[in-house]
Amino acid sequence: MKFKGSAWKFGADINTDDIIPAVYLTTTDPKELAKKCMEHLDPKFAPNVKKGDVIIADKNFGCGSSREHAPIAIKGSGISCVVAPSFARIFYRNSFNMGLPILECDGIFKVTKPGDKIEIDMDTGTVTNVTRKKSFVATPVPPFMQDLVKAGGLMNSIKKRGLV
Amino acid sequence: MRPMTITEKILAKHAGKKSVQPGELINAKVDIALGNDITAPIAIKQFRSIGAKKVFNRNKVVLVPDHFTPNKDIKSAEQCKVLREFAHEQKISHYYDGGDAGVEHALLPEQGVVVPGDVVIGADSHTCTYGGLGAFSTGVGSTDLAAAMITGELWFKVPETIKFVFKGKLNKWVTGKDLILHIIGDIGVDGALYRAMEFTGKPIERLSMDSRLSLCNMAIEAGAKCGIIAPDAVTEAYVKTRAERKYKFYASDPDAEYAEVREYNCADIEPKVAFPHLPENTKNISQVGKVRIDQVVIGSCTNGRFEDLEVAAKLLKGKKVSDHVRLIIIPATPKIYSDAMESGFFKTFLKAGAIISPPTCGPCLGGHMGILAEGEKALTTTNRNFAGRMGHPKSEVYLANPAVAAATAVKGFIAGPEALRKK
Ligand code: SF4
Repeated sequence: MKFKGSAWKFGADINTDDIIPAVYLTTTDPKELAKKCMEHLDPKFAPNVKKGDVIIADKNFGCGSSREHAPIAIKGSGISCVVAPSFARIFYRNSFNMGLPILECDGIFKVTKPGDKIEIDMDTGTVTNVTRKKSFVATPVPPFMQDLVKAGGLMNSIKKRGLV
Repeated sequence: MRPMTITEKILAKHAGKKSVQPGELINAKVDIALGNDITAPIAIKQFRSIGAKKVFNRNKVVLVPDHFTPNKDIKSAEQCKVLREFAHEQKISHYYDGGDAGVEHALLPEQGVVVPGDVVIGADSHTCTYGGLGAFSTGVGSTDLAAAMITGELWFKVPETIKFVFKGKLNKWVTGKDLILHIIGDIGVDGALYRAMEFTGKPIERLSMDSRLSLCNMAIEAGAKCGIIAPDAVTEAYVKTRAERKYKFYASDPDAEYAEVREYNCADIEPKVAFPHLPENTKNISQVGKVRIDQVVIGSCTNGRFEDLEVAAKLLKGKKVSDHVRLIIIPATPKIYSDAMESGFFKTFLKAGAIISPPTCGPCLGGHMGILAEGEKALTTTNRNFAGRMGHPKSEVYLANPAVAAATAVKGFIAGPEALRKK
């Protein structure tokens, strides 16, 4: 799997209230949620993000609540992948369960400016800033999580294992 | 056999293994799977999407509509309806609606639904609260909840543990809330990322159950997977009259391995205030300076329990809330509501000029019942002060314990309870 798109940059400790404020949690529709995604941090994000774009953030991305609305909103907005040095653990779990690709990767944050062209190769875990000509390798995704993704998420893996 | 921490022991037992170690991926049986009016509708959708017909055990799935209830608008009413219909269809025994509903993490321990030694998962990040009882409990997402509702088990990565050892004697007015704010101020909002936090030491043993639950409630604010306190006589006294199942006390082996051990001297810890916009921005109450406040909230799964209302009532007795402050008091469960009323607290609160809300999460997550306008500042006993958490993105939230909240409501600016005595 390969992704190509422009970078949207967000800082450290981006929390789930930043990603999607609680007042909008009365719906689970990805399109609706996407309209409000990152509204407080960057009002330009939702109207301008393009399919395939990438979020490059600093440490502890997705901290706060357990709302799956957060990865749903990001995925619904067209973002192909979120790259950060670390993720909050519930967000990490949720993203895999929902099928939003995320990568733990150091270094890319520092060299990236908003709008830079980013290329991601999920198979090798390579994150490249094409504009700045710099590449970084992400922490490998544990085989257990890879299997989850291959099975098409947690629900499908349960179905495939005949547990329903 | 490898010596283990309390967390490792509970997980090993539920995975049907003699021993587990940090980093290991396991499948563990869950004793309770919890969802609320925000997260359960997605879980129910997922449940149906793969053709599931029945929950694994109707007594082990718990559904609590508490966030936007009493239904704040049409959309939230629809979400609650999804829960209600599912609960009836599946004959869920622990479904709390209408006058039975309360803030989930206050309700479950109070009703004896979660017990020491359990593995509890909840599609709500503050599910870590039940560590106060000596249970392994952790927040997950809706899809995880759906999986647990179907299979009765879930995958976990066994976390490393950080041990926090408290020494000395607690200063006056210092509660479990202040201890956890002190820790988060020290290690940061990702200081315990992916890890278990184990709280030990004499001052912890002397904490009431309400205070222990409040302490473990905020483990997630340090990024932790769970917070836990070894059960003891205080736990026994609390659970023996209410537990609806058999329970088991686990304790860490003396030679268990920890990723880190951190010691704190309680003499250094005053009541704490976390400044906007992260729970790690903590200061001692003596260092806050003059911060004018528009709204004070006493409630939530952190500090909406009986003991919290009791200390507020004590301090508010015969006093008036400052004329520029709205004080909103939210007893976390119907039982706390009724106990507070019978103890005469309501009279005190109403005379002081407070608003008493029915049990709900309400303003804690900026849902309803006390939303902030642009530029307004709130001091609250809740657990998160992210920008916009309680309303307008340019409003501010300060976190503190109920005594500080009560004193602040009277003074109109952030103040400790001692300020009420000085004239
Ligand atoms: S009271 Fe606040 S923190 Fe607790 S469950 Fe409700 S919204 Fe979440």
